[in-house]
Amino acid sequence: MAYGAAAAHGEHDHHPTGWKRWVYSTNHKDIGTMYIWLSFVAAIIGGAMSWYIRLELAHPGIQYIDDFQFYNVLVTAHGFLMVFFVVMPAMIGGFGNWFVPLMIGAPDMAFPRMNNISFWLLAAALVLLVLSTVVGDGPGTGWTVYPPLSNANYQPGPSVDFGILALHVAGASSILGAVNFIVTIFNMRAPGMTMHRMPLFVWAILVTAFLLLLAVPVLAGALTMLLTDRNFGTTFFAPDGGGDPVLWQHLFWFFGHPEVYIIIIPAFGIISQVISTFSKRPVFGYLGMAYAMVSIGVVGFIVWAHHMYTVGLDADARAYFTAATLIIAVPTGIKIFSWLATMWGGSIEFETPMLCAIGFIWLFVIGGVTGVLLANAGIDFAMHDTYYVVAHFHYVMAIAAIFAMFAGWYYWIGKMSGRQYPDLLSKVQFWVFFIGVNVLFFPQHFLGLAGMPRRIPDYPDAYWGWNYVSSIGALITAVGTFMFFYIVWYTYRSGKPVTADNPWGEGATTLEWVVPSPAPFHTHEELPVIGSGGRPTTQAAPAE
Amino acid sequence: MGSGGKMLEKLKILVPFIALGVMASPIAASAEEGLAKPWQMNLQDAASPVMDKIHDFHSLLMVVMVGIVLFVLAILGYVCFRFSAKRNPVPSKTSHNTLLEVVWTAVPIVILIIIAIPGMRLLYFHDRAQDYEMTLKVTGHQWYWTYNYPDQGDFEFDSIPVPEGDLEPGQPRLLTVDNRVVLPVDTNIQVLITADDVIHNWAVPALGMKIDATPGRINERWVRIDKEGMYYGMCSELCGVYHSFMPIQVEAVSKEAFAKWVEQAQEEFAQNDGSSVNLVEAEQKSR
Repeated sequence: MAYGAAAAHGEHDHHPTGWKRWVYSTNHKDIGTMYIWLSFVAAIIGGAMSWYIRLELAHPGIQYIDDFQFYNVLVTAHGFLMVFFVVMPAMIGGFGNWFVPLMIGAPDMAFPRMNNISFWLLAAALVLLVLSTVVGDGPGTGWTVYPPLSNANYQPGPSVDFGILALHVAGASSILGAVNFIVTIFNMRAPGMTMHRMPLFVWAILVTAFLLLLAVPVLAGALTMLLTDRNFGTTFFAPDGGGDPVLWQHLFWFFGHPEVYIIIIPAFGIISQVISTFSKRPVFGYLGMAYAMVSIGVVGFIVWAHHMYTVGLDADARAYFTAATLIIAVPTGIKIFSWLATMWGGSIEFETPMLCAIGFIWLFVIGGVTGVLLANAGIDFAMHDTYYVVAHFHYVMAIAAIFAMFAGWYYWIGKMSGRQYPDLLSKVQFWVFFIGVNVLFFPQHFLGLAGMPRRIPDYPDAYWGWNYVSSIGALITAVGTFMFFYIVWYTYRSGKPVTADNPWGEGATTLEWVVPSPAPFHTHEELPVIGSGGRPTTQAAPAE
Repeated sequence: MGSGGKMLEKLKILVPFIALGVMASPIAASAEEGLAKPWQMNLQDAASPVMDKIHDFHSLLMVVMVGIVLFVLAILGYVCFRFSAKRNPVPSKTSHNTLLEVVWTAVPIVILIIIAIPGMRLLYFHDRAQDYEMTLKVTGHQWYWTYNYPDQGDFEFDSIPVPEGDLEPGQPRLLTVDNRVVLPVDTNIQVLITADDVIHNWAVPALGMKIDATPGRINERWVRIDKEGMYYGMCSELCGVYHSFMPIQVEAVSKEAFAKWVEQAQEEFAQNDGSSVNLVEAEQKSR
């Protein structure tokens, strides 16, 4: 109990109670908790949509969804929800808010009120996005919203405009959040917490915040142009007015590709913490790991057109984007090998978060190698817009990210709630979900190779077999998902209380494990002084 | 058809040879069938030089990908076994090793170069038509394709999907059209592609063909079909409500048969005879 005095003070602190505590919250932990709950809500909606899609696709012919616009709306909303309202809020808003200040020894975020507005903007955006699917015909454009299909001629009614507004509001939330993280990490590190002593999760959130800050405004600009195309007669993306539909694709993917890394880099951070903790070793090649994330972030901005190999780009342009994209495999490889090297020589405890981290490596490697294939413009002509791409990106950024979120939740829930998850049930949940997603997504590689296009409610009969297997996988995954939510409920209701500051033992060296469990309302009110290895050197805080 | 009959229909698909028997069309009984087979796990058989090269490249990539996955899996399995807390109670405190880090940066670079060289060759190989002998113009609409033969008298026809109820036995569902594209084998064909409403994508997997049909733009590809047969594809860019219902059906025939078909087609689709409609004008007309 290094911080006994500070902790006692924290527990005595007065904080608002009831709804005011949450609605008016300026506390990084409460806001982080709200982000995680928002992510749960969106995950249930987005997950239900994907199960409905898989139900339709379990057999050839039309089973349940005879309104194909509605099918396209499901595809669109599933993508938006999972990207903007499940993965980003949980990892950046949730774990980022909770643990960046704790890990760097800061009492809170730099701009607590801005933190509040970031969250509530996102909550409003979620409502707008869900509304967009029920007003008018819904946006049947895919999450890429390519014009002319997204223009007013082809998507009349207010749905797409609602969607654009939702993304604008979510984008504003992301930008404010990113500013908050950057300022906090640059200015509020405890004495001695140099940049090169920061935990890798903090590095991950820092890189992610920069990606958000630079990418989201581009999306906002493109969305505004689309909005005026739809409503005010401009023709940015309409060829009959001198515009160009391909311009949208360039702008969208200039945002969209960094967005992929916005999703996966925080996952890298979580996985690094978890693997280090349960191998009882510091992360192997710390500097390489930190700068691998930085270089993935930088290179991520100059590879966007690999999403556009079939639009008719010049061959030289495609050659460039192929080469640039392949380069990303190098820092990614550094990360994988460093995680393996961290485990090598470690003393590995197979607690549930560690299982999830190992699952993450497996999924990420499979998604990674298919990414190397897809990076080649030459072969992309066989794969573009097929289920191969669907399988690839679900492996590499969807389910890999979900496993990082599971790992983070199991790892930190004791600190966040003061209660521990049920051990055996959580391991069963891991296995059910892990088997489920592999049965779900692996056969989709075969479907894609055989030529099945994405975003179709019905398919030629030959694709039935693997689609059926894939839908069975979706069912198993659904069971795993509900088990997770049961575990969440069980943990809060009757999970074993966590009394130790650090329930994970010698491997957990970051600063969140020196404050009590559950973390009191205020922490690090007196700043710790950090020595080498990122550990506090003094029992008491230094004099001002 | 009752639900029992429907089930039976589906069971048939499970058995590849029955399904093949059902699908083999009387016209192309001995010819190539360019469509996916039940439980297919790999690319469709190649029927063009581009697809041939895609196959070769894919085989190379598979070796690399499977190799990397197995390598990582082996290490992962080994460390989980050897360095579990039970077998290795005292963790090592080594935190870096410069040589190792240089190696795992350099080796992937070498692997990437090995991949990139054939990848780039393939990319430039299928970029532009060389010495093409004829041109096919393709225009995408919501939700059908229009084909135009500028070198054979500039006739033009729409290719409308056949609804499920009107299919004849042997015609695959969601892949059959009323007027298919007929092309000669062993001929370098330039394909020019555009659209007049939203973005579509003209894709025929067995021919290695996939290119966006974008309004306001004309995209160019080339194809050379090696074997006579029927090749199927589907629109490969989300284009609205009936996106999954605008198939592409290409019939490759001998040069003589093609000449005969052209004579028939010129009569049948005579509305375009004599005019010199090109894609740009078609584009203007559609506005």
